[in-house]
Amino acid sequence: MRSPAVCCLAVTLLGTSVATSAPPHGRVDFNRDVRPILSDNCYFCHGPDAGHREADLRLDIRDDALAGEAFVPGDAKASKLVARILSTDTDEVMPPPASRKKLTDEQKQILERWVAEGAEYAPHWAYRAPVRPETPAGMNPLDALVRKTLEANGLSPSPEADRRTLLRRLSSDLIGLPPTPEEVASFEADTAPGAYERQVERLLKQPQYGERMALGWLDVVRYADTIGYHSDTPRNVWPYRDWVIRSFNENKPFDRFTIEQIAGDLLPDANQETRVGSAFNRLLLSTEEGGAQPKDYESRMLTDRVRAIGAAWLGQTTGCAQCHDHKFDPITMRDFYSLGAFFADIQEPLVGRREEGMLVLSDEQKTRLAELDTRLQTARKAFTAIEPFLDVAQQQWEADFAAYNGVLAELKEGAKPSDADRKAAEQVLAILKKTDRSPAEQASLRTYFRDKVTPLYPAERQELVAATQERAGYEAALPHCLVSVSTPNKRVVRILPRGNWQDESGEVMQPGLPHYLPQPPKSDGPLTRLDLANWLVSRDNPLTARTVMNRLWKQFFGTGLSKTLDDLGAQGEPPTHPELLDWLACEFMDSGWDMQHMVRLIVTSQTYRQVSTASPELLAVDPANRLLARQSTFRIDAELVRDQALAVSGLLVPTIGGPSAKPYQPPGYWENLNFPRREYVADTGPNQYRRGLYTWWQRSFLHPSLLAFDAPSREECAADRNRSNIPQQALVLLNDPTYVEAARAFAGRILQSSASSDGERITWAWQRTLQRRPTDEERNALLELLEFQRGQYRDNPTAADALLKVGQAENPAGIPAPELAAWTHIARVLLNLHETITRS
Amino acid sequence: MSWLSHRRAFLTRGAQGLGTVALASLLGDRRAVLGAEPLRAPLLSTPPRIERVIWLTMAGGPSQLETFDPKPELARHDGEAMPESLTRGQQLAQLQGQKLVCLGPQFQFRKTGEAGTEISELFPHLATVMDDICLIRSMTTDAINHDPAHMFMNTGSQIAGRPSMGSWITYGLGSEAADLPGYVVMVSTGPGRSPQPIAARQWNSGFLPSRYQGVQLRSTGDPVLYLGSPTGVSRDGQSRDVATINDLNRLHRAQVLDPEIETRIAQYELAFRMQISIPELMDLRGESGSTLEQYGCVPGDGSFASNCLIARRLAERGVRFIQLYHRDWDHHSLLREELPLRAAEVDRGCAALIRDLKQRGLFDSTLIVWTGEFGRTPMMQGNKGPIGRDHHNKAMSMWVAGGGIRGGMVYGATDELGYAAAENVCTVHDLHATMLHLLGVDHSAFSVKFQGLDARLTGVEEARVLTGILS
Repeated sequence: MRSPAVCCLAVTLLGTSVATSAPPHGRVDFNRDVRPILSDNCYFCHGPDAGHREADLRLDIRDDALAGEAFVPGDAKASKLVARILSTDTDEVMPPPASRKKLTDEQKQILERWVAEGAEYAPHWAYRAPVRPETPAGMNPLDALVRKTLEANGLSPSPEADRRTLLRRLSSDLIGLPPTPEEVASFEADTAPGAYERQVERLLKQPQYGERMALGWLDVVRYADTIGYHSDTPRNVWPYRDWVIRSFNENKPFDRFTIEQIAGDLLPDANQETRVGSAFNRLLLSTEEGGAQPKDYESRMLTDRVRAIGAAWLGQTTGCAQCHDHKFDPITMRDFYSLGAFFADIQEPLVGRREEGMLVLSDEQKTRLAELDTRLQTARKAFTAIEPFLDVAQQQWEADFAAYNGVLAELKEGAKPSDADRKAAEQVLAILKKTDRSPAEQASLRTYFRDKVTPLYPAERQELVAATQERAGYEAALPHCLVSVSTPNKRVVRILPRGNWQDESGEVMQPGLPHYLPQPPKSDGPLTRLDLANWLVSRDNPLTARTVMNRLWKQFFGTGLSKTLDDLGAQGEPPTHPELLDWLACEFMDSGWDMQHMVRLIVTSQTYRQVSTASPELLAVDPANRLLARQSTFRIDAELVRDQALAVSGLLVPTIGGPSAKPYQPPGYWENLNFPRREYVADTGPNQYRRGLYTWWQRSFLHPSLLAFDAPSREECAADRNRSNIPQQALVLLNDPTYVEAARAFAGRILQSSASSDGERITWAWQRTLQRRPTDEERNALLELLEFQRGQYRDNPTAADALLKVGQAENPAGIPAPELAAWTHIARVLLNLHETITRS
Repeated sequence: MSWLSHRRAFLTRGAQGLGTVALASLLGDRRAVLGAEPLRAPLLSTPPRIERVIWLTMAGGPSQLETFDPKPELARHDGEAMPESLTRGQQLAQLQGQKLVCLGPQFQFRKTGEAGTEISELFPHLATVMDDICLIRSMTTDAINHDPAHMFMNTGSQIAGRPSMGSWITYGLGSEAADLPGYVVMVSTGPGRSPQPIAARQWNSGFLPSRYQGVQLRSTGDPVLYLGSPTGVSRDGQSRDVATINDLNRLHRAQVLDPEIETRIAQYELAFRMQISIPELMDLRGESGSTLEQYGCVPGDGSFASNCLIARRLAERGVRFIQLYHRDWDHHSLLREELPLRAAEVDRGCAALIRDLKQRGLFDSTLIVWTGEFGRTPMMQGNKGPIGRDHHNKAMSMWVAGGGIRGGMVYGATDELGYAAAENVCTVHDLHATMLHLLGVDHSAFSVKFQGLDARLTGVEEARVLTGILS
């Protein structure tokens, strides 16, 4: 295979946001070349929003533009649009200077050529049904389509990466953990055909695959442990996180995955599993602030949900249409509020504390609960049998009490009851003296008699108390999850003029789907969430499969085919490889929304397997690697930075699921939280060493180590994460006790390994971390550091003891503290390397 | 710095900025390294008047009627029903469904300074510098609950996930501070009650790159999270580790040509320098006795006054945006008892900050803003214990001082009962536009593409620069 070479540069990539731009020869393409210019520069005043339209001219629809005499197709010179954009008169030129918009010369030329070529329009690419392009047989279609674009740009693909790099990349992308050196060695030794594919299958079967895939989805649905606003108090949703992991591991078809989340409670076969999926509808922000007005938050919650559907499934920035028709896309306010109306049936408080939620039981827990129920029923039955005798005894007691001027035990002279007991006894005394007792009084008297007076049937009475308590105690400790519960008392949804929740003059909206997208067949009754869910994953919906595949692409190449993951509308970036995105979308739907199938297709492609290194020439032509003449290199996600340190050091506890975990956190980090004030208590024992995705997600104060590496607070749906490179990351990796402890534990492993000299130990540690041998220079740098740190701790052994006390893990016995401390520095350096936290 | 040299510095950085932008696009926009910040904010033809902002947030919403907006007419109607013509259809928080009754001002007002600005007796120190202050009595806001109101004041939007103003400004203008973050936040709380929470999102960079997020300086523990080396690691030990990490990263860079590695190396160097520069910044022992006396603080006490003094030290070091929060101004009840305590906690520090900056020649290049997230009702709240006032968004008072600001003036007014801003009504977006104008930035041109929109700090609606308060 040829090394990546730049044969001829048909395009210049610098200064444009899109990797492919109009070829100098050949026709202008409306979707690729023209719409982005018109949308960004013209639609604000001449677009879909009638409320903000200037000169009654609309440029997003050809007939309207013609009616407004904007251009004469085929005659640029006679076209006002061309004259206005070329004008040098500040009163004439379009866009007007006050808009802060300015067309580049290249953009002006494109528009001029477009008019000259007939000013043809095309429907927006993302609203057309994807069409599966022809691809040659015998080749991964992804590779065929990527190469087509490469060839058009005079580029060729890069060679396949070496096996160590491939396995490191695959492990990071599929399970989020580094491979062991042994795994790399076994892959390297596997010379039979299909060795790579076998690694793919091995990794796809690991339960960590579901954890890895869950990361992106939990961002996009804004999964978090707390409510978000103001007091940011906890709520029960973690079973939903486990549901997501399980769904990926079971390879639940994405259409089913969607339906369970939006309408898992409305399915004819609804069960615990589908109801937990429907927790999706409860993941929004809510408030417990005193003085919060229900109407205000009703509106916030509706808009939050519509934005979520737009971000997670449709790739549409619906938020604009809360206050006015969208400026760039055809989303109207009617569309916005009628989408919101789908959720009007969800039972929930508008302000205030969320409920505990539904009990979520494992089979084992179900069995146990059934046993407890049986015990309780038996106890109740036995008790019912003795009740008539107790009643007779009570009548006798009451009669005796009246006849002999009885005194209650608590009120006897010398008795020292608690205040509460005394009060209760006084009330009972008052009741005893009455003849005309209310049912409530009768009941308290009965309770008093049975609890405090009679010695009869102690076993039956005690058993009932014990069985009741045991069941209640067991149930209270079981997991609960907020889920969707549909109520017939639906909220009335109105269009809120200018988004103002105090304005109740707007039209009442029924559930409805965006008017500009294919509609489902007419049904009799009003549409439900189930209809919405089915529509999202219907074969006719042009957006969902594209949106999901575009995001998936980012996981494996670092950038989406359109880099605006949350916006496939007019203002979004048209895909660099539109045919490829369409192919992926069609294949995804035609495969029965088989996510693993798509993952497999991507990672087995040659495009995925290329080296990520670039020649200076290639770097100059395509610095962001939009054309995919190589793989990409990027820093791993926040959670995986943690996972990797725990895995390499041997501390990782690989338990899947369960309540969120609390890793070490600086004291006082929550000091500005209130109602109530909270003390963060880090977990002890195994839960301290869980993977990053299980970290307690406190929206208003996300764990600072995750925050430093760009994990989102999940207050809003986040389709994409920043990949920043900031000094706080260095401070976390150097000084956060999690990483210091990991270094200490790793040092223990190094010293307990079979390696016997310093040099061999460094090689061993290097291979654990990076799965390659260090160069001589690299090893020497660490040997020098080792000598220096040994000197430090020889001179100051108490410092070694102090370092070895960071965290909870025990130090291995028999290693002198100064030696373990010095090696802790070696391990620490390894965990801090750029290469360590980079997937390449 | 004279504005000429200031201007020159801007232009120089502008030129560097172009180079950096070109380079950044060449390298996939991952290249910009701290210390070589591109200048992204469009410049006005008028020179910038200030170089930095010190923003004092009185979290909870101080009552303007006991601080800066005297309302004798309200006193005359004390105990009477608030006219329904004013309150009908308006947002209320904890007074929903309650009878709305006028509550006269609870403290006396006095004329201050040569200009004779009337302020409450609760601010005797501020009274001595009122000729340097421009009081705005006609501020309004959109939100009426704490959390959304803070978001609106900080980000210009009530939706979470938008960049805070300090992030916008450091993104646009960079920072002069090589070894410190460009946007610094400090929070103080007076002793006593249970203050409203403050979320870290208030200083988050939202959709802007993370390095523009506000960095909180804390008064207890590590001043910056994870700043301290682990126990048992000496400065030399830390230094050698960082040097080895960077050496190994350099070796790796030679193999893979990844420009991100260069940034990583720079960030480790910066992190190590921060381990020295931040403790030095926070160490107030070098301040003279008279300075400490002026602020009325004890080093290390974490008080608002201490934070004011640290703010001055940050200003000296070139930090662009400094934000102080002082909590517990939410007086639904105990207005008479608690408000004087909060006022006393901030009064001296604010006055000292103004004097100190003037004395050091920094006042004219700094904008100081003092504000809550909303105002309070002229109606009494009596359902939470001893009298107080509820949240209010139709009127609030705030003040600004420093470069480009007309001192000794009062801008805007409320109606005679203090219910709504009535004259020169201003919005949070106007305040942001004015701040950006003083920094030499045209707010309407300063935008970043987000979800298809040209997102601005000043929002999509028209915002105006409050020229009436400018000198």
